[in-house]
Amino acid sequence: MSEAIPLPAAAIPAARRPSTRWRAAFANGGMRVLAILLFLAIWTAVSLGNAYVWKFFNPILLPSPLAVLKAGIDLAESGELQRDIFASLSRVLQGFAIAAIAGVAVGLAVGTWRPLEKLVEPMIELLRPIPPLAFLPMMVLWFGIGETSKIVFIAYAAFFPVFTTTVEGIKHVDPVLLRAAASLGATRTELFRYVVLPAALPGIITGLRLGFGLSFFVIVAAEFIAADSGLGYLINDARTFFMVSNMLLGAVVIGLIGFLFNILLRAAENWLLRWRQTGRS
Amino acid sequence: MDGNVVTTAKIRIRGVSKRFGDAVALQDVGLDLAPNSFTCLLGPSGCGKSTLLNMIAGFAEPSAGQVLVDGQPVHGPSADRGVVFQEYALFPWRTALDNVAFGPMLRGRSRAEQREIGRRYLALVGLAGHEDKYPGNLSGGMKQRVAIARALANDPSVLLMDEPFGALDAQTREVLQEELLAIWERHRKTVVFVTHSISESIFLADRIVVMATRPGAVKEVIDLDLPRPRDRSDPAFTALERRIKELVRAEVQKLGVT
Ligand SMILES: Nc1ncnc2c1ncn2[C@@H]1O[C@H](COP(=O)(O)OP(=O)(O)OP(=O)(O)O)[C@@H](O)[C@H]1O
Ligand SMILES: [Mg+2]
Repeated sequence: MSEAIPLPAAAIPAARRPSTRWRAAFANGGMRVLAILLFLAIWTAVSLGNAYVWKFFNPILLPSPLAVLKAGIDLAESGELQRDIFASLSRVLQGFAIAAIAGVAVGLAVGTWRPLEKLVEPMIELLRPIPPLAFLPMMVLWFGIGETSKIVFIAYAAFFPVFTTTVEGIKHVDPVLLRAAASLGATRTELFRYVVLPAALPGIITGLRLGFGLSFFVIVAAEFIAADSGLGYLINDARTFFMVSNMLLGAVVIGLIGFLFNILLRAAENWLLRWRQTGRS
Repeated sequence: MDGNVVTTAKIRIRGVSKRFGDAVALQDVGLDLAPNSFTCLLGPSGCGKSTLLNMIAGFAEPSAGQVLVDGQPVHGPSADRGVVFQEYALFPWRTALDNVAFGPMLRGRSRAEQREIGRRYLALVGLAGHEDKYPGNLSGGMKQRVAIARALANDPSVLLMDEPFGALDAQTREVLQEELLAIWERHRKTVVFVTHSISESIFLADRIVVMATRPGAVKEVIDLDLPRPRDRSDPAFTALERRIKELVRAEVQKLGVT
């Protein structure tokens, strides 16, 4: 009525319409929740259907989501769950910290100093295609079954993505930016600090995220082999006692922790690289 | 001996050649540029304009000959020779203000001084109010204004510009040409400006160096005595434009037949 010419909604980009944007976000979130609920429903149906109707396989092999939740509550009450989460997390954080520092440092050195690149690159290329897990039994031999072997193992596995992306990030610094800085009076160290490092940062952050994901990936395997705590131990220990609910619970908890850390890392990335968010306002 | 004995040249290019492998990019270039003069290097693509400018900037060394600034041979870049690039070359992770304050920051100015200088030079190029924007959120014309402010904030005595307005639309380009002249008249700098636009060179320069191709060399040096501000429709302007067009066309044809 008050608007003489009604604008068709499609004529305005979705991002510009606040109400629609919220609706879209809500719809998006709603879809996700729905998808998860659907997954749980199918899981429940298969589990309970098998247990009471079809009897295809031994019901003990696939407990229902509720049974897993109950296992979680039991384990949390006894304190085992917290202990295992803490053990795995502390290994991951220590191993990843070593990988991050070593990967960035060696990557920066190799990326800036050509002779070193010629020396290190072939070694890395040789080791990289070997799945880190292949070295796990050896590391247990070398470093024992204590914390050291696990931390070293994580550090080894997570080193590669951090190192590779750091080197790539440094190599792809736009030469015209280096010229611009030099013509403004930057010395070699200033070029490194004010141009090379910030230009390589997006690559480095990607590497850190990949490395962190990999740390979680490998810790579980390490805890299968030799450990008396941790989420991998929880799963493996439950296997020997045929407690499938506990095994599934371990997997779910690992998934949740990975999910939460990914959100945290993404937020950190968005803040560090806030200059990348373009779109005029 | 010639007149250069009396007026000492700010930039002296003596017998400069540049080879890339077997290819000769520049052959025996000699030029003297007076202090506070505005020189345009004009010529078709590939005649070695950027190569010559890069040697004045110190990004490259001549294969033979010498580039002298204030009587000193150039070896490497210096904060006294500001450079503006066609591709802007702004640091995308620094705001407009922090891009402009980059030179003062390197020279150890306090954060407050950096901000003050940054604001002042952004205002000079008409970008007051855009201090906190990142380059990714600026238009091409605004980016080049920031780049000019960044070069000027170091207060260099030489300003080297390699097709700075080449990527801009015609209107923005003319506005920036006028603003550049206004800044140059107030802040007296020795400007070397690379372009392949004949009209741009006549509008801006005291002296136009028309370059030859294959190999790159100086073909003709034209000193302009047209009064400023120059009118692009003035008969003297258009006559000069025709004359230079002939010179440049001969060079382009040379490229075509070889
Ligand atoms: N680093 C390099 N290696 C090899 N050849 C080069 C290099 N830089 C320039 N050249 C060659 O030198 C010649 C002059 O190049 P230059 O970039 O100076 O030309 P230009 O006049 O600036 O051209 P344009 O108008 O296209 O920018 C060209 O033939 C180019 O191929
Ligand atoms: Mg060029």
